[in-house]
Amino acid sequence: MTILVIAEHDNAELKPVTLNVIQAATDIVKSAGGEIEVLVAGAGCQAVADAAAKAAGVSKVLLADSAIYSHQLAENMSLLVTELAANYSHILAPATTTGKNFMPRVAAVLDVAQISDIIAVESADTFKRPIYAGNAIATVQSSEAKQVITVRGTGFDAVAAEGGAAAVEAISFAEDAGISRHVADELAVSDRPDLTAASVIISGGRGMGNGDNFKLLDGVADKLGAAVGASRAAVDAGFVPNDMQVGQTGKIVAPELYIAVGISGAIQHLAGMKDSKVIVAINKDEESPIFSVADYGLVADLFEVMPEFESKI
Amino acid sequence: MKVLVAVKRVIDYNVKVRVKSDCSDVDLANTKMALNPFCEIAVEEAIRLKEKGVATEVVVVSIGDKACQEQIRTALALGADRGIQVETDQAVDSLSVAKLLKAVVAEEQPQLVILGKQSIDSDNNQTGQMLAALTAMPQATFASELTVADGKATVTREVDGGLQTLELTLPAVVTTDLRLNEPRYASLPNIMKAKRKPLDVKTPDALGVALKNNVKTLKVEPPAERQGGIVVASVDELVEKLKNEAKVIG
Ligand SMILES: Cc1cc2nc3c(=O)[nH]c(=O)nc-3n(C[C@H](O)[C@H](O)[C@H](O)COP(=O)(O)OP(=O)(O)OC[C@H]3O[C@@H](n4cnc5c(N)ncnc54)[C@H](O)[C@@H]3O)c2cc1C
Ligand SMILES: Nc1ncnc2c1ncn2[C@@H]1O[C@H](COP(=O)(O)O)[C@@H](O)[C@H]1O
Repeated sequence: MTILVIAEHDNAELKPVTLNVIQAATDIVKSAGGEIEVLVAGAGCQAVADAAAKAAGVSKVLLADSAIYSHQLAENMSLLVTELAANYSHILAPATTTGKNFMPRVAAVLDVAQISDIIAVESADTFKRPIYAGNAIATVQSSEAKQVITVRGTGFDAVAAEGGAAAVEAISFAEDAGISRHVADELAVSDRPDLTAASVIISGGRGMGNGDNFKLLDGVADKLGAAVGASRAAVDAGFVPNDMQVGQTGKIVAPELYIAVGISGAIQHLAGMKDSKVIVAINKDEESPIFSVADYGLVADLFEVMPEFESKI
Repeated sequence: MKVLVAVKRVIDYNVKVRVKSDCSDVDLANTKMALNPFCEIAVEEAIRLKEKGVATEVVVVSIGDKACQEQIRTALALGADRGIQVETDQAVDSLSVAKLLKAVVAEEQPQLVILGKQSIDSDNNQTGQMLAALTAMPQATFASELTVADGKATVTREVDGGLQTLELTLPAVVTTDLRLNEPRYASLPNIMKAKRKPLDVKTPDALGVALKNNVKTLKVEPPAERQGGIVVASVDELVEKLKNEAKVIG
């Protein structure tokens, strides 16, 4: 069997989550044998394909380089992937907003069920995935002829980014569905690491009071090389932008260290961070559920302790 | 313009679900059920389109056993005009739901179909995209802003990197994210009125859809428990622990 992994990228760089998806594919190959190929669909993305070709375990990279794929619109991505699908037993993409957007379209066209957000591979047709905001883990077995799967990056280690030497093969198929059009992007620019790739994250909640007070977290983030995240309440209140939301319906993270400041610990927030290695909670209410998952809890007013914390690390 | 909204009955988002001791499934006996929060946002958006004069009729559809009529009534109380229940006692996967919705779309011919981005029970995040594929409609998932004019929907989407705006040619499928709107509460008079609004019941057979379920759940387990932690007394102690015990900062 051959597995197709669809690369996550921004036309310039291969996103690290792709390496976690390749690990999931490697786990499938381990149990059933086969090869792993990577599809890079974008515009002016040769560098991404070259990077994917170096990833450990990849036997071939398919490059669909066309203006049609510059924003990876779901309609066009699904036309492309379903065109290629006949060659593959499994099609895997990361459970990012891009993967979640086009993969179910692929599955529907192929008339197969999709398995979303897997965190473990049991065998070539059996996978584990969280349900109910991670309060239960289901083991599911698919009898579909083809597996269409999105992969939760935090469930798998990354394969080595270097060492492979796969061939890059250009794909000429390029069909525009012509029913949707990209208008604009308003992307966050930050010097900090990506939330989903950071080894340290400090997140603020409603307790931060306003957006300006997130400076208290920025100082700590600067010192620790951390990414800054937020709860839904902080995003809804307009303190910070949506791309910072951690949780069941935001980003799923599992850093070495997660520091939750002024966050109560609702199940939806916990769903996004409770697999972090070490969790610190700073909250003035000792009854807050966040303390039930924290390795180290500090019951204190964040405005009093954050400047001190910053100065002492 | 007619707007179709798909709504799902799910566990109330405040309830922490428990796994059955035989690991066959989660235990939903006597749990509080509700309209999936993202579906509530979808209903609200449709009603706002009607209030703005963009939509002329809002139809809600739910697939499930008789109990899901309760959620259809909730949507009607919020302001939807009529309801459709596709009745089945079977557990249906997202692809089957999408096929049933496709059949409803064929009958109703809406210009816009709004769904939640995700059900908070299965956490699938699939159905809207699948419906769009099956009906060859364009899609905009994870919407935080929606305007409809001149046969087009302009949608701002919440993506991992920030925001993205797309323009779709109608008819189209939109799935909602949290920031699209803040749903209203149903007033008591509207709850009373909703009881008299039309609610049609259909069967998958009548819609010509054969349900399949090719993904079997072998077991459902509780997640790994975290070891209980400690409460530290001061910032000094916290920093000391992070450096010397957890060794996560230098
Ligand atoms: C469908 C759905 C999806 C959701 N998805 C997500 C999601 O992805 N991510 C997410 O985070 N939430 C999500 N939520 C929301 C979630 O249920 C909670 O409402 C949210 O996480 C609460 O955010 P919070 O902890 O910042 O706010 P609150 O619950 O209001 O907590 C604020 C905390 O700050 C503390 N505090 C206040 N002042 C101070 C101070 N001076 N010093 C120290 N501590 C202080 C308080 O003690 C309190 O514990 C979702 C909800 C729904 C219904
Ligand atoms: N049984 C159902 N009946 C009606 N709509 C549904 C049903 N299941 C899913 N949906 C719709 O599809 C959305 C996404 O669900 P899912 O793909 O299961 O995460 C939900 O928010 C609903 O709008």
